[in-house]
Amino acid sequence: MNDMVVVRKEGLYCVPGDFYIDPWRPVDRAVITHAHADHARTGHGHYLATADGAAILRARLGEIRLDALRYGDSVTHNGVALSLHPAGHVLGSAQLRMEYRGEVWVASGDYKLEQDGTCAAFESVRCDTFITESTFGMPIYRWQPQAEIFDDINAWWRRNASEGRTSVLFCYAFGKAQRILHGLDPTIGGIVCHGAVTPLNALYREAGVALPPTLAVGDVEDKAMLRQALVLAPPSAAGSPWMRRFGDYSDAFASGWMRLRGSRRRRGVDRGFVLSDHADWPGLLSAIAASGARRIIVTHGQIPIMVRWLQQNGLDAGAFDTEYGGEEEVSETGDVDKVDSNKDAPASAEGQSEHA
Amino acid sequence: MRDFAHLYAELDATTATNRKLEALQAYFRHADAADAAWAVYFLAGGKPRQAVPTKLLRHCAMQYAQLDEWLFDECYQAVGDLAETIAHVLPPAMRDDDLGLNLWMEQRVAPLRGADAETVRAALFSYWDVLDWQGRFLLSKLIGGGFRVGVSKLLVTRALAVVAEVDAKTIAQRLVGWTDRSTRPTAAGFADLIAPPSEADRQRRGGQPYPFFLAHPLLADPATLGELGDWQAEWKYDGIRAQLVHREGCSWLWSRGEELITERFPELAQLPLPDGVVIDGEIVIRRGEGGGGVIAPFADLQKRIGRKTLSAKLLAELPAALIVYDLLELDGEDLRGRPQQERRALLEKLAEDIPALTLAPVIGPAEAADWSALARLRESARARGVEGMMLKEKSAHYGIGRTKNVGTWWKWKIDPYSVDAVLIYAQSGHGRRASLYTDYTFAVWDAADETGERRLVPFAKAYSGLTDAEIARVDRIIRSSTVEKFGPVRSVKPSMVFEIGFEGIAASPRHKAGIAVRFPRILRIRDDKPVAEADSLSTLQALLDEAEGHHAARRD
Repeated sequence: MNDMVVVRKEGLYCVPGDFYIDPWRPVDRAVITHAHADHARTGHGHYLATADGAAILRARLGEIRLDALRYGDSVTHNGVALSLHPAGHVLGSAQLRMEYRGEVWVASGDYKLEQDGTCAAFESVRCDTFITESTFGMPIYRWQPQAEIFDDINAWWRRNASEGRTSVLFCYAFGKAQRILHGLDPTIGGIVCHGAVTPLNALYREAGVALPPTLAVGDVEDKAMLRQALVLAPPSAAGSPWMRRFGDYSDAFASGWMRLRGSRRRRGVDRGFVLSDHADWPGLLSAIAASGARRIIVTHGQIPIMVRWLQQNGLDAGAFDTEYGGEEEVSETGDVDKVDSNKDAPASAEGQSEHA
Repeated sequence: MRDFAHLYAELDATTATNRKLEALQAYFRHADAADAAWAVYFLAGGKPRQAVPTKLLRHCAMQYAQLDEWLFDECYQAVGDLAETIAHVLPPAMRDDDLGLNLWMEQRVAPLRGADAETVRAALFSYWDVLDWQGRFLLSKLIGGGFRVGVSKLLVTRALAVVAEVDAKTIAQRLVGWTDRSTRPTAAGFADLIAPPSEADRQRRGGQPYPFFLAHPLLADPATLGELGDWQAEWKYDGIRAQLVHREGCSWLWSRGEELITERFPELAQLPLPDGVVIDGEIVIRRGEGGGGVIAPFADLQKRIGRKTLSAKLLAELPAALIVYDLLELDGEDLRGRPQQERRALLEKLAEDIPALTLAPVIGPAEAADWSALARLRESARARGVEGMMLKEKSAHYGIGRTKNVGTWWKWKIDPYSVDAVLIYAQSGHGRRASLYTDYTFAVWDAADETGERRLVPFAKAYSGLTDAEIARVDRIIRSSTVEKFGPVRSVKPSMVFEIGFEGIAASPRHKAGIAVRFPRILRIRDDKPVAEADSLSTLQALLDEAEGHHAARRD
């Protein structure tokens, strides 16, 4: 039987359905797993995405022709039954299930298994072929429960606040920032958000996600409150003039890459919190096992390692060469700055690097 | 163990000195004395011998984590640190116990040394069963001997001084020798370390040396130092800094790392000194007939350091000498609070009665009357087989470590040798530079063969001298121009030229180029220079001839 999904220069292509999945070049029909910049691009003729993610997608891509589908609902296109299932990555993120003539393929997009309270929790979908990400596909990546990480973040903030120093926490503006907001203890002090974070907070709140009150810097009337405040800002704000207003501050970075001491020290921040919206090694393996798939195709991250491991464990494993992530940089150097080159594109500035 | 692991994590997590100091103080205030003794040992730079061979440690970790060797190797290459890799890959512990650092060292780590593989395996598995991430990370460091943490000895001293409410200078003095392998950290030792000041602090007993006073590199124009007449200028020898302590009829020789090295230099231990004398100087190897007056290149000294047993032949071929430049104790009296020139005068007087004592000559006004004359004289450093000059404030006391509060010592080194070389291999770095290609091998051209072909011959490895931004750029070029991968090493298409600086050069049959250089480092990237215009072996040979020539000439 021919493969249901192949990789073309435009992106992953569903052959019988004649549509693309998270394509990186303009196409007529695109199914978008989630609204991060490397998965959701402008210029496609028609978009299909989840109802939960529709507002964010529109906010980021502007006027698009978008069909929104609720999780679990199915539509048929050229004989392929499509449905979207929660991926637990960010608000509105989905795995795409495709069924054609009794065969089922699932494309995971990005996913994590731990329920974070800001988006629908990952649901395992049985399939014959599972197309998976592998951003953290190495045994060195093993996350602690998020409750422990939030305890650490809150303790760091509490201590800074007691010493009258602003806590600046760098993180990706879409997804990670809202997940952190959700986990913060707002009794410690005020929470200030960078302009890249604020619009996404609004979209999350509109979607019914409970987030504590936040302020923009411009709204802060009593500058003294900044000394007890926690500031959420995208990594690109580090070292920018925007930071000067905080005087003596302690800074931290929240990302899966902070797992490695080397990456942490290269960042040059006071603290690194290991918090990722991607599955860790045990998470990837359990998602792959739960899919029941006998064939696995790895799209981005630690491809050769994951493929070799799966093959050793008796699965039919291969890879698709995609443009998600920015593989070489992300996988080998853990460089989280890889998309700073788009700084001049204001609309995407906050959506830059969402790979951790 | 848990408390120390947390301390380690805190020291590791912050870059702020005050935070580190607080963490150290909090630890020392609450720690059990025996545990604290070991903590001081490690934090002050103690390096115990490896308790388990690295290979065995790796194998046990792979087995416990149920990882194949290839996968473990991939992990290690991404992380760049074995202890960290192991901590990352082991599945979470099921139980947890809390034994103190002292008991860990004495009852759990020490018995591993020399034990058979099965015993080690069973022991490690049982240890990993009860340790969390931090504990496991620390355990590998304790076992493997590669313990390093971002605190200076000075910071540890300051923390102890606050906790003990004892002057930091006294603590520094008591700390000397703590990290020598022959000393075992004990609760009693720690109690002495933080005890109130007493007569014992003034009395010098046993072989205890003084904390070394360290020099700062002089980067500014020396004329900014004021009057030349206020400074004592000496040549700077390229050897091993050492203190020779002679008390109660015995000699102790200490290296700057506060290791006891008496047995490695028996000829220095035999120097006829009166009791109650401590001298400071540089160990060098003399060359030429009858232990002539020529100082051999550092490479010769390395041959002595590397040797465990010293044959009579070796002692005759490579005789060591201590070039003395300071007197820290005389008749059992601590002279460190006296001015430099007074100590020098006392040293010269002492040397009058002891012909075997070689003093570092002071460069007087007859040789250089002003700063510019001194600078001209410094140009001859390489020909003299020295690294440059030392400038010591005549009023300076002998301070502790790299302090400037009681007067300053400046080291005024000559510019390094330099050649333009081509990057041909790269390996990923460690620690902060893990998973970036930062360790490079550089090559120069050999002579053309009959067909006019030239090949690149590796001559030096270097990994320092670039900024983070430059490292990132070079890393990208390496990734995009890789020819082959051998394990963690990549060979790259020769495309980048670097100016490589080094301090010394010597013939070496062990190296492919037949030449070994000392302290190679990157001075700058030569983007302006095509690969074909990089230097050749003949350039290095000329530098070698020049260096050897000077040594030979001085022999006459």
